[in-house]
Amino acid sequence: MSTKLLGRPMLYTSYESEMALLNTGTKKAGLGLLLAVGVGLPFLVSDPQLRTLALALITAVGVIGLGLVTGYAGQVSLGHAFFLGVGACTAAALGGDPDSDLIGFGVTEVLIWLPAAGLVAAVAGALVAPLAVRLRGLYLAIVTLGLVFVGGYVFNEWTELTGGQGVGRNMPQPTLFGYELGVSDEFFTKEQKLYWLMLVVLVVFAFAARNLVRSRVGRAFSAIRDRDIAAGIMGVNLFRYKMVAFAVSSFYAGCCGALLFVADGRFEPNTSFNLDTSIKFIAMLLIGGVGTISGAILGAFFIIYLPVLTGYLPDLIPGLSTNAAQTPNTHQVELVLYGALLIIFLIFEPRGLFGIWLRLRNYWKAWPFSY
Amino acid sequence: MTQAIEIISRGLGLGSIYALLALGFVIIYKATRVISFAQPAFMLAGAVLVSYLVRPVGFYAAVPLAALGIAGLALGAERVAVRPMLGRPAFTVAIITIGLDIVVRTIATAFIGVNLRRIDDPWGVKTIPVFGAVVQQRHLAMIATTAVLVAALFAFFRYTRMGLAMRAAAFDQEAAMSQGVSVGAVFATSWAIAGALATVGGVFVASGTANVESTMWIIALVALPVIILGGLDSLPGAVISGLGVGVVQEVTATYQQYFPDWLGRNASIISPYVLMMVILLVRPYGLFGTREVERV
Repeated sequence: MSTKLLGRPMLYTSYESEMALLNTGTKKAGLGLLLAVGVGLPFLVSDPQLRTLALALITAVGVIGLGLVTGYAGQVSLGHAFFLGVGACTAAALGGDPDSDLIGFGVTEVLIWLPAAGLVAAVAGALVAPLAVRLRGLYLAIVTLGLVFVGGYVFNEWTELTGGQGVGRNMPQPTLFGYELGVSDEFFTKEQKLYWLMLVVLVVFAFAARNLVRSRVGRAFSAIRDRDIAAGIMGVNLFRYKMVAFAVSSFYAGCCGALLFVADGRFEPNTSFNLDTSIKFIAMLLIGGVGTISGAILGAFFIIYLPVLTGYLPDLIPGLSTNAAQTPNTHQVELVLYGALLIIFLIFEPRGLFGIWLRLRNYWKAWPFSY
Repeated sequence: MTQAIEIISRGLGLGSIYALLALGFVIIYKATRVISFAQPAFMLAGAVLVSYLVRPVGFYAAVPLAALGIAGLALGAERVAVRPMLGRPAFTVAIITIGLDIVVRTIATAFIGVNLRRIDDPWGVKTIPVFGAVVQQRHLAMIATTAVLVAALFAFFRYTRMGLAMRAAAFDQEAAMSQGVSVGAVFATSWAIAGALATVGGVFVASGTANVESTMWIIALVALPVIILGGLDSLPGAVISGLGVGVVQEVTATYQQYFPDWLGRNASIISPYVLMMVILLVRPYGLFGTREVERV
């Protein structure tokens, strides 16, 4: 069988093989290589760099979640930060110290508090779904934006849960079957262990998402995105699938929020879960590529590494300061770049970084012909 | 009674800020079918510009000049970032305006610098007695200015060629185009008007004891629930629900002390959003919006 297909990678003899997660040999090899590099990286790079990498990995989980609801199901959500917050608060409450003034249950086992954070966020997402059924497009966008404000207010005021505005609270340090992941030991450092944790979480969630979108549910999502009334007429249950979309997306956001602040050790409710965070996730999704899982991951890495890149600018541009009190400084350049990139990508490459990759790949595939 | 007058004057003052910003949103929406999230940035940029102009030319000249300047800026932004997106999904264009918002807001914030910037409005915290109640002059000035601007806008849409063109384009873009209306000019004008209105709103926000601060944009965002409440495509809806939301917010703030503790200490901040969600569940197109006819 396989000998017959040699040299004809696009020939599929069954529906299953065409719809397979990795439908070409190149993809299999590429993913294997990528995973090998990903697993081996902690032995090659320093701990501070691993910290940034781990942040990008876990952010990617949140972006994939947003991609499911906005990219695949077409329900514009500016409320992603709220679900991140729900996840982070649940994790902090479950893992928190039971003896402190804040709500805490002392469950540090990551296999318990991580899914729990996702589930609580998923319930919150499912509660938003009735609004999504009644509203569409920009109306929905603004209602989800309202969710960020209402949720942010609750986070700020519910001080027993979040520690309150300007104070924040500590995140639990994850333990896996009693093995401390959040502290360095004689074998591995804290950064290495957290990096591997994030990598495993991302791989699991990315595969789950990829699998979801090629299933019956995923096809229903695409039908709703393309034209929800038409989808409804064809027998797609709009209420159910919009609710599934929001719940799954919020599950991803909850898990992302639960792990996002583990490396830093604490979160602050006022600055961590505001509209800027939501917009950042939207930007990652759009710059990476809407409607693709790999694009979401690319976008997360790109935006997380943007401050790292602008950090090099003062050496190149005279007059640019790294001091936040002076103008112009690198932080301002970073913000302007990020807004400008959003505009530039949407105008010139709406498929995002993934689209650039597709173009490169197609150029390579067809070389020396133009197409 | 005196307390009622005080609450209502404060509420209408606040509401007139929302009304002006909401008008900008609705005018852009009617012309281009897009919600411009860049309005908060134009508001901030307008206030910053006024704070720079007020020393050399005085307050009353600075405001119209800044409004013109920001109108020009909005026009340019529309031409560069939004026009190329013509015909693309509304969501994509809305995200473009978010990108615009970030860029303009960051640059405007950079111009605020580290020192306090004031717009030196002539009203300050001066008050005036109205039927025994103490009313801030700046609130009366806001209400009066908004009334004048709304009347001027009404006249513009009703009696000028451009106003007619804009109404035609809002009704049916293709039909208007075939009758010789320059739809591009309509887009540009709508953005310019929205920019100018945002500037005046920004001046109101920065008046009194407030300074020009980067956090001002949060106030502009309240205009979003306002337009949803009023209906995205209704100009009277924007004004009425803007004023209404202002009053609701002031009433909530005044009676905060009687609320149960679990509602938190600042329930008035989120009252517009809660109001919006409740109304939307009942009326999905807002109070005055047109119900969209959906075709497959």
